[in-house]
Amino acid sequence: MLTLSLIFLPIVAGLLTLTTKGENAKTLASLAAFAELVLGGYAYCTFVPNATSQFAYSHSWIANAGINFSVGIDGISLILVSLTTLVVPFIILSTFNLRYKNPSVFYALILFMQAALVGVFTAKDAFLFYFFFEAALIPIYFIAAIWGGENRIKVTFKFFVYTLFGSLFMLLALVYLYLETPGTHSSEITAFYDIASSLDLKEQSLLFGAFFIAFAIKMPLFPFHTWQPDTYVEAPTAGTMLLSGVMLKMGTYGLIRLLLPIVPLGVQHWGMVAVILSVIGIVYGSIIAIQQKDMKRLIAYSSFAHVGLMAAGIFSGTLDGIQGALIQMVAHGINVVGLFFVVEIIQQRTKSRVLDTLGGITQTTPLLTVTFIILMLGSVALPLTNGFVGEFLLLKGVYEYNAWAGAIAGLTIILGAVYMLRLVQKSMFGPTTSLTEGFADLTLSEKATLFPLAFMVILFGLAPNIFLTVSEPAVAQLLTLISK
Amino acid sequence: MSLITLIPLFPLLGFLINGIGFRKVPNSLVGIIGSAAALASFACALSLFLNFSGTPQLVHVFDWITVGKLNIAMSFQIDQLSLLMLLIITGVGSLIHIYSIGYMHHDEGFGKFFAFLNLFLFFMLLLVMGSNYVVMFIGWEGVGLCSYLLIGFWNKNVNYGAAARKAFIMNRIGDLGFLLGIFLIIAHFGSVEYADVFGKVAEGGYLSGDKTLVAITLLLFVGAMGKSAQIPLYTWLPDAMAGPTPVSALIHAATMVTAGIYMIIRSNIMYSLAPETLEVVAWVGLATAVFAASIGLFQNDIKKVLAYSTVSQLGYMFMGLGVMAYSSSFFHVMTHAFFKALLFLGAGSVIHAMSDEQDIRSMGGLRKKLPITFITFLIATIAISGIPPFAGFFSKDEILAHVYEHNKLMWAFGLLGSIMTSFYMFRLLFLTFFGEFRGTKEQEHHLHESPLTMTAPLMVLAVLSAIAGFFNLPHIFGGHAGLAEFMAPLFAHSHVETAEVSESTEIMLMVISVVAALASAIVAYVIYVSKKAVPAADGAESGLQKVIYNKYYIDELYDAVFVKPISALSTFFHDVIDFLGIDLIVESIGKLVKTLSAEARLLQNGTTGFYLFAMVLSIVALLAWGLQGFFF
Repeated sequence: MLTLSLIFLPIVAGLLTLTTKGENAKTLASLAAFAELVLGGYAYCTFVPNATSQFAYSHSWIANAGINFSVGIDGISLILVSLTTLVVPFIILSTFNLRYKNPSVFYALILFMQAALVGVFTAKDAFLFYFFFEAALIPIYFIAAIWGGENRIKVTFKFFVYTLFGSLFMLLALVYLYLETPGTHSSEITAFYDIASSLDLKEQSLLFGAFFIAFAIKMPLFPFHTWQPDTYVEAPTAGTMLLSGVMLKMGTYGLIRLLLPIVPLGVQHWGMVAVILSVIGIVYGSIIAIQQKDMKRLIAYSSFAHVGLMAAGIFSGTLDGIQGALIQMVAHGINVVGLFFVVEIIQQRTKSRVLDTLGGITQTTPLLTVTFIILMLGSVALPLTNGFVGEFLLLKGVYEYNAWAGAIAGLTIILGAVYMLRLVQKSMFGPTTSLTEGFADLTLSEKATLFPLAFMVILFGLAPNIFLTVSEPAVAQLLTLISK
Repeated sequence: MSLITLIPLFPLLGFLINGIGFRKVPNSLVGIIGSAAALASFACALSLFLNFSGTPQLVHVFDWITVGKLNIAMSFQIDQLSLLMLLIITGVGSLIHIYSIGYMHHDEGFGKFFAFLNLFLFFMLLLVMGSNYVVMFIGWEGVGLCSYLLIGFWNKNVNYGAAARKAFIMNRIGDLGFLLGIFLIIAHFGSVEYADVFGKVAEGGYLSGDKTLVAITLLLFVGAMGKSAQIPLYTWLPDAMAGPTPVSALIHAATMVTAGIYMIIRSNIMYSLAPETLEVVAWVGLATAVFAASIGLFQNDIKKVLAYSTVSQLGYMFMGLGVMAYSSSFFHVMTHAFFKALLFLGAGSVIHAMSDEQDIRSMGGLRKKLPITFITFLIATIAISGIPPFAGFFSKDEILAHVYEHNKLMWAFGLLGSIMTSFYMFRLLFLTFFGEFRGTKEQEHHLHESPLTMTAPLMVLAVLSAIAGFFNLPHIFGGHAGLAEFMAPLFAHSHVETAEVSESTEIMLMVISVVAALASAIVAYVIYVSKKAVPAADGAESGLQKVIYNKYYIDELYDAVFVKPISALSTFFHDVIDFLGIDLIVESIGKLVKTLSAEARLLQNGTTGFYLFAMVLSIVALLAWGLQGFFF
């Protein structure tokens, strides 16, 4: 029931939010998100760290087809559920200084989105996974299309074409797998694991391709990424946070949950191609980020680069790589939400995100400066911040898979420093400009958002075993499936 | 809690108090808290040193990263090497903290400065205390961060910011090598703990020149090149002089930049089995020593001269490591920490007196107005130039003697470097403290000796610079090489093959280098005191001098070879590949769909809204179909 509550609490709260008027929506939504955080915390605390799926719930959905509404939480799911429940309250808090039109719809959509995300991360049935995977698209589409920037229509169209295209392939793959299951057919994900060994190389290759495209677009990986910077820039910042902080992890999660264990042979044959594309993405995205003038766009490209490393770690099929990817998903979620919020604060105060027009903000903002720098350090993976653990394990995993791939992927620690330091220095340091003169330091709600995020950067950097020990049994079991 | 854990804890506490309480803790207290933290660590380190039994002590603090069989612990190891480093770091560190109370007292970022300085100590202590490579890496990157923060301390100045960024990025290039070295160590030995790794090397029957060990040591050395500013990763260090002068003394002379030497001595068992790497280390060190010294010959900024001198002296240390004269190199680390910290602090005292002027062409005759600064600076100059009986003479000659046995040509170049060292140091001394004052009337009016908080550290360091040579007095002078003896257990399992230098050769080499250094000093005296020459104004140099004054245009070269092409690539990727390549394909697919759908307008009107609406409807329908099961 716990899992079910995690999915339905935001839905119910979202429906309630729809009935509110004015600013009440904000309050209700944040209360709901914090309640969800408590539920998530409860799940974390009562979870027994072994490889089983816990808090499971199953109900017949499409009975005569053997499709069930089947959810549960194993170690891998728990990491992503923790991320979702941890980050969404701060995303909502981050909007406290803003007044959106139709706030009830806006906040309801965020809550619906959260429900869909938790659904994706806990689904044990492949079609249920697909259902939530698609359902998550709807709220974010509307958030971007209604509350987005000037080019929102053109950009969301591109976003939509991309994702729909990817999803179609996944649907085909799932239907194919479903039909391959013996007897009256089953769409349990574990049933797909069981038939993996009966699929020949050609089938596995095609399935690999289908899953890869679907997830590669979602994350995104090179060369399926061009929707991402535009959408991140045009979406309202809360939407960008949802997209980058949590939604892109649907892709990385999908790789771990579906692609690796269902088509191990495909991974053996095509994994190298995937690693190469991922590593290209790391370098390519980082190099583009170096020259970006718009802060949001810069972070968007950095996110693209980071996610490439996660994918490379996952495709390495090593324990370090996958554990690293999981902990990096949490770290990246926290850091990127924090960074986008810093950009939002700067934009609210100066009406600009263009680096050349900014500078010297630090002179009046010690608190903003410290939190911004901590988030930046997490993002450049300085040891004792959350980003280091993930990057260390990911690079180690990729290095074990192929030393050269590891070395090239390692360029991220150099290039990451180049663009992140530029981001901080051009906005915060140097002389003030007409826009940044008298910049006010953090307000109460901004502190309430940024301080916990900065605190988590250090906490999870000091004590990464909080997550690592939880997911390791499940990942280890997954790896036995792959090596079979 | 053991004494060992307390050592890094004090500066961490100091950082938190001064950092969180910035602008709330009164300035009078800030300096005391910061310095007390450093002194407390020094007291603990000294106590550990005096009670040291000879066997390494391990302290496990907590398990940090656990994945599969690999457990990376936050744990410390106290042995001969870490003890010596601890004493240098906390000892010199304390002096520089005290000095900073005087030097920085006008600065509005006083509290921030002490917070950063304490944070630096914390990371530097982790670096040398860690019992495994990953904890060393934490410290390694942590000191890099503090270096970045302190170089760019006056962050209104965009150039300082650029210098800070350059330092961080160049260090990161080295760090990537270090990181890959760690991965290779884990892949090969299954552990990052020194005890495990070195134990396996000692018992593993590795042959000299083992490929894995060569690869590991080379990768680690890449890290060392970044942190210790060796060719080709040295250009950040001269720029790092943008930071406040105490920072230059502590981080960019005495402690952080010697981390690379620490790393190699720590890993000496692997290096000793990798002669190919050692040869690379020796030649890189030599090249850096000579190259940087030559740049130092014509610099006119008092701190720039010292910066190139540091790069050059670090080169000597690596040269020593390359010929397996590990304890000699460490000896030089120690003496250099004393006299170079002293030189920088002395320079700071001069800059303080000169109202922030750093150009030695505007100085002159300062010895009357700044007597303590002058005497201590003089001692340090003699020490670094290798003139007995001061510290630098003993440590540098030890290195050169070992180099002589290894390769005569290398020795000859090394001697050339030390001739240049003596010249640029005495040139600096004479131009600053001798002759007539060349600054403005206002500056002259302002000239004053620094307060006691600043001169006291100068005097302590001057004493150390004078006597430190006796810590490792060679046998020919009736000493018993105490430092080398103390460090001997560190090399017990290494195949260290250093040829014994005969006494007569040793004396001959010493005589040659002392005569050369003195001659060089005399030449400098003739030019800059007797003939009262003053270096030409900027832009008036010509020929080779101009090339050297402009640092051989290496920065311009890096800019043309790396920075500009990457910028161009960035634009190309973004504007051409993303926008004209991939996006065009995506958009044409989108348009194709639209065109085709025009045929079926009744169902599909070609707008996304409609597609989406259809999708939402079908999903809702699907769900509703499923919900039957829920309710019925």
